[in-house]
Amino acid sequence: MAETATVYEPGTHPDLPPPATEVGVIGWLRQNLFSNWWNSLLTVVGLYLAWAAFAPLIQWAILDADWVGDTRDACSSGGACWVFVNVRINQFMYGFYPLEEQWRVNLTGIIFALSLAWLMVPRIPGKRYGALFVLIVFPIIAYYLLGGGSFGLPEVETTRWGGLMLTLILATAGIVAAFPLGILLALGRRSQMPIVRALSIAYIELWRGVPLITVLFMSSVMLPLFLPEGVYFDKLLRALIGIFMFQAAYIAEVVRGGLQAIPKGQYEAADALGLSYWKKMRLVILPQALKLVIPGIVNTFNELFKDTTLVLIIGLMDLLAIIKTSLEDPNWLGYSIEGYVFAGVVFWIFCFGMSRYSMAIERKLHTGHKR
Amino acid sequence: MSDSKKTHPVPEGLPAVQMQGVHKWYGEFHVLKNINLDVDRGERIVICGPSGSGKSTMIRCINRLEEHQKGHIIVDGTELTSDVKNIEIIRREVGMVFQHFNLFPHLTVLENCTLAPIWVRKMPKAEAEETAMHFLEKVRIPEQAQKYPGQLSGGQQQRVAIARSLCMSPRIMLFDEPTSALDPEMIKEVLDTMIELAETGMTMLCVTHEMGFAKTVANRVVFMDGGEIIETNDPHQFFDNPQHERTQLFLSQILQH
Repeated sequence: MAETATVYEPGTHPDLPPPATEVGVIGWLRQNLFSNWWNSLLTVVGLYLAWAAFAPLIQWAILDADWVGDTRDACSSGGACWVFVNVRINQFMYGFYPLEEQWRVNLTGIIFALSLAWLMVPRIPGKRYGALFVLIVFPIIAYYLLGGGSFGLPEVETTRWGGLMLTLILATAGIVAAFPLGILLALGRRSQMPIVRALSIAYIELWRGVPLITVLFMSSVMLPLFLPEGVYFDKLLRALIGIFMFQAAYIAEVVRGGLQAIPKGQYEAADALGLSYWKKMRLVILPQALKLVIPGIVNTFNELFKDTTLVLIIGLMDLLAIIKTSLEDPNWLGYSIEGYVFAGVVFWIFCFGMSRYSMAIERKLHTGHKR
Repeated sequence: MSDSKKTHPVPEGLPAVQMQGVHKWYGEFHVLKNINLDVDRGERIVICGPSGSGKSTMIRCINRLEEHQKGHIIVDGTELTSDVKNIEIIRREVGMVFQHFNLFPHLTVLENCTLAPIWVRKMPKAEAEETAMHFLEKVRIPEQAQKYPGQLSGGQQQRVAIARSLCMSPRIMLFDEPTSALDPEMIKEVLDTMIELAETGMTMLCVTHEMGFAKTVANRVVFMDGGEIIETNDPHQFFDNPQHERTQLFLSQILQH
C-alpha cells in the first residue's frame, strides 16, 4: 500500500494518531507476547504449561469435587472431598470453643474488623483514637470476651481455644506488640549511648540467632522450671510472649535498614530546627524510614503469620494443628490433601490481603519526591 | 520579624555570636584552629575560602551540628556545652539553610514550614499556618504551599528552606553554601531572597562563593584556609586590597573567569 505522504508547512504539523499496530490490544500483544518468533514460541509454550498445570487442578478441586454430605460416603465422584472440610469447619474455625459461646469469638472478630476498618479506610476520621482503641481498649475487651470468667460470662480456658481463631490471635497479638518494640530496638541499635546500643544489639542478635521452635519450646517447657512454685503462666500467653520477643528482633533489623537509608541532611535539618530527639524521630525520620521498608515489614508480618503454625509443637491447636488432628479421625482417613489445601487457601487469603493492603499504602504514601 | 513568642530573651549589649579560641579535630585531623570571631547583631558576614578550609564546619559549630573540642562558643549569651537544654535553646534561635535544602520530602511545603513552630514553639496550628504563608509570600512561592518538595525546582526548594527557617523567627541565620547545588538560572532567585532578608536587619553568616553577593550584602568578609581565619575585612578592602598573599591567590583564582 502506498504511503500518502502529506507535507505540512513548518509549524503547522498537527498531532497524528500513532500507527494502529502500536496501540490497543493488537499493539499490546505484539509488544509483549509476540515481538519476535522466539518470544512467540515462549508465549505458546508458557500458555500450554499453565494449562497443563491448572486444568487437572481445577478438574479435581472444583469440577469433580463433592461438596455436600455428612460422611465420607458422600465422596464418590473421584474429585476433592470438601465434605470433610464442611463437616469439620466449626472445629477448624473455633477449635474446641464451646458451641453456645462462639458468639463471643464472632463478636470479638467483628469488633476487630470494624476497628481495623477505622484505621485503614482513609475516609474515616480520628485515626489517633482508632489506634489507641486497637492498641489498648481492644485487647482488654478481647481478653474478657474470649476468656470469660467475669461479667456473667462463663470461663473458657485457653486450652479450648483453637483453629483459625487461635491463629489470628497469635498473629495479630504478635504483630501489634512486636512492631513498637522492634522500632525501639532499631532506634536503640543506632543510638549514641553505648549501653543502650549494646543492649539492643545483644537482644537482636540473641533472638535472631535461635529458631522460633526453640523459643516456643523454651517458653512452654523450660520457663515454668525457672518460675517460683505457684506462679502459673498460661501456655498461650507464654507462646505469645515468645513469638512477640522473637519477631521484634526481626522488625528491628528491617526498620534499621530504613533508618540507614535516610540521608544525614534530614537528621541535620530536624536538629537545626530545634526538634528534640523523639520529635525528630517521630515526625521526620520514622515516617520516611517506615515508608521505605513497608515491603520488608509486610514480609516479616507474613512470615510471622505463617510461623504461628509452629505452636503445634507445644500443643496449641492452631488451624494447621487442628486439621492435622482431624486427619487422624478413623472416619476420615485419607483426605489429607483436602485438609492441607484448605489450610493453604486460608493462609493464602490472609497473606495476600496483607500484601495488597501494603501496596495500596505504598501508593498512597508516594509523594513523588526525588531526594 | 513577626512577634516571636516564647523565644529566649535577647541579652542586651552582647554580640550575637562569640567564638573564642575554638578548636576542632576530626580524629587526628585538626580542622578548626584557634577561631576567634565576634558577630554583632544585624551584622552580615560572608565566609569564603577554598574547599576543605573548614568554613562549613565553623558555622555548623554555631548550632552544634558539629561539636567543638576546645574554646568557647557563646550564642545570644548562651554558651554551647554538651548541655542538651542549652543546645535546644540555641537551635530554636538559630536558623540554618543547607546546600542540599534538606526539606522533609514526606511533608507538603506548608507542613515543612509549620512543623517546628507547632512542635517546638507550641504555636497553634492556625497561627503557624498563617506565619508560614506570610514567609512563603516573602520568598514568593505561596502558590506552592500544598505541593511536595519533590515537585519543586531546586531554586524553589531552597526558598522554601529559607521560609521554613524564618518561620521559627530566628535571630541568627546560617547559610551553608545555599546556592552551590543550584542550576545557574536559579541562583539569582535565591540570592535575591537572601538580599531581601539582609535588608530586614537579620544577623547572617553565609558560607558562599557568590562574590557579587558578598560585595552587595556583607559587612565583613572572612577568609579561611587550612582551618584558620586568614583575614577579616570589609568587602571593599577585601576585594580591592587583600592583605594576605593566600587571600590574593584565592581571589585571583576565583575572579579569573
